[in-house]
Amino acid sequence: MAIIVGYVPTPEGIAALDSAIEEARLRGQRLVVVNSSRGEALVDKRFASGAEWQSIEQRLTDSGVDHELTQLVASKDAADQILRLAEELNAELIVIGLRRRTPVGKLILGSQAQTILLEAECPVLAIKSHPTSPEPA
Amino acid sequence: MDALSELLNGFATAAHPTNLLYAFVGVLLGTAIGVLPGIGPAMTIALLLPLTYALEPTQAFIMFAGIYYGGMYGGSTTSILLNTPGESASVVTAIEGNKMARKGRAAAALATAAIGSFIAGTIGTLALALVAPGVVKLAIKMGAPDYFAVMVLAFIAVTTVLGSSKIRGLAALAIGLLVGTIGIDPTSGQQRLTLGLPELADGIDVVVVAVGLFAVGEALWIAAHLRRTPAEIISVGAARMTREDWRRSWKPWLRGTAIGFPFGAIPAGGAEIPTFLSYVTEKKLSKHPEEFGQGAIEGVAGPEATNNASAAGGLVPLLTLGIPTTATAAVMLGAFQGYGIQPGTRLLQTQPELVWGLVASLFIGNVILLALNLPLAPMWAKLLRIPRPYLYAGILFFASIGAYAANLSTFDLWLLLVLGALGFGMRRFGLPVVPAIIGIILGPTAEVQLRRALQISDGHISGLTDTWFAKIVYVVILLVLVVPPIVTRLRTREPVKVGD
Repeated sequence: MAIIVGYVPTPEGIAALDSAIEEARLRGQRLVVVNSSRGEALVDKRFASGAEWQSIEQRLTDSGVDHELTQLVASKDAADQILRLAEELNAELIVIGLRRRTPVGKLILGSQAQTILLEAECPVLAIKSHPTSPEPA
Repeated sequence: MDALSELLNGFATAAHPTNLLYAFVGVLLGTAIGVLPGIGPAMTIALLLPLTYALEPTQAFIMFAGIYYGGMYGGSTTSILLNTPGESASVVTAIEGNKMARKGRAAAALATAAIGSFIAGTIGTLALALVAPGVVKLAIKMGAPDYFAVMVLAFIAVTTVLGSSKIRGLAALAIGLLVGTIGIDPTSGQQRLTLGLPELADGIDVVVVAVGLFAVGEALWIAAHLRRTPAEIISVGAARMTREDWRRSWKPWLRGTAIGFPFGAIPAGGAEIPTFLSYVTEKKLSKHPEEFGQGAIEGVAGPEATNNASAAGGLVPLLTLGIPTTATAAVMLGAFQGYGIQPGTRLLQTQPELVWGLVASLFIGNVILLALNLPLAPMWAKLLRIPRPYLYAGILFFASIGAYAANLSTFDLWLLLVLGALGFGMRRFGLPVVPAIIGIILGPTAEVQLRRALQISDGHISGLTDTWFAKIVYVVILLVLVVPPIVTRLRTREPVKVGD
């Protein structure tokens, strides 16, 4: 059993990570942090950089939660990665960040969050970023 | 001064609103493709060759030259921010540029690259305007044997100087020359290598060749290596320099220009060697040699000035002799041939409006590039977020349209696929594409000169070498071939002796 959190370097992603650590502590569960990229573009701002990834690792160690970090480059979408991992680890909970999308953006690009919400076998905790937190430039 | 008054007429041509628009489109496109690794100016011009059916020659070449210059600017952005050169001419820039960016000096690195490119491009273009008429005066006295000798020099230099392996370079050149001979022999009227296919009798259209080797070959290659861990990009604001940066940059800019222009003008394979030379020079002359390898601004300023100056220098042999020294120049030569214009000694007399309009538009393009690049570098960096499947799907789409539009025949599409597979195979086995494209485009012209020289001498091989100019060129070719291996052998001999 485990808790899986999909991490992206955005306010929603950070909010999701905050809540996931909280949940992991409450439930006494192992926390698996997933960050993935399809590796198709040369630069992917949703892929955590080395320094950032290390600071997350540090944060988790400090929080005392049993944790595991996976960062991968694969052909599947992030949603598919998280769902597959949830099934593999028999996850108890998936935590994801949610943000407002325009209908057109959703129509063209689809919604990773929606895929996870609809297809996950376990409960999904969806977190919005704090309204006070600054927008990324 | 004759050249200067001609140049002023050129400005009148270039300042025409339509031509200004094409210059602007050219530099915009050039910068964008310069930023994207794998897509160079040669591929872009190849993809745009079909446009030449609709455009006036002046407009097309103004746009192409803008792409050529813009590509040199854009390549530095990726080198500095991503440590991945967007263009082969910017490989050296990445050494110091990325180190500077990592130390938080990305804005200064981008600024010295852009301003250095502007200064070198402007001086280089001025030198082009002054040198070209003189070269034409010399070239008018050249006969068929002389032309052939210079073309052989271009083949040999591009082949042996570029890349790690001479044998691979020669193999690529042979492939190019072979593809270039397909079609009806212009002298005897016999069909060569047409495999009995009537579609091949006219030879392979240059659009199909260039697009196949560059665009389709590269797209297949990328498709085979699609997934990579995303690189870390360093975020940056508008480019700017401090007074200290200016003080340390202006000399490298000028030295880089002085190194780049002559190297561009001789057939030595483009900007790779001069940019490296400039880097080494700056390292030697710097008052801060300890900073080299840690992000020295001189190591960005020099090579970036060099590659733009060499782009200007590369236009000298193209416009005056019809001899390309880089892949981009080769594709531009293909465009000239598409218009039925033979660049060479008579170009300045028969098409003064085209040549001087082109030169003047280069000055204007440089100003536009500076204005575009200083404030907009962060925006260009956003291009790197485009997923490659979208990008290359678009490239394949345009490649196919271009190949089909050449003759409106589906046969050309099959040919495109075959040449694309050839381009992929060459990349797979490490054969450089540049000698091949120069062989294809320059090969038939070289053959005409060879045949003419032999007809004049009644078939005697001595006819190729009996002018003093040709003799000098052949000696130079021999030196290019013989000296580097001897130097390497002398260097390696000593350790062998120790081994005995």
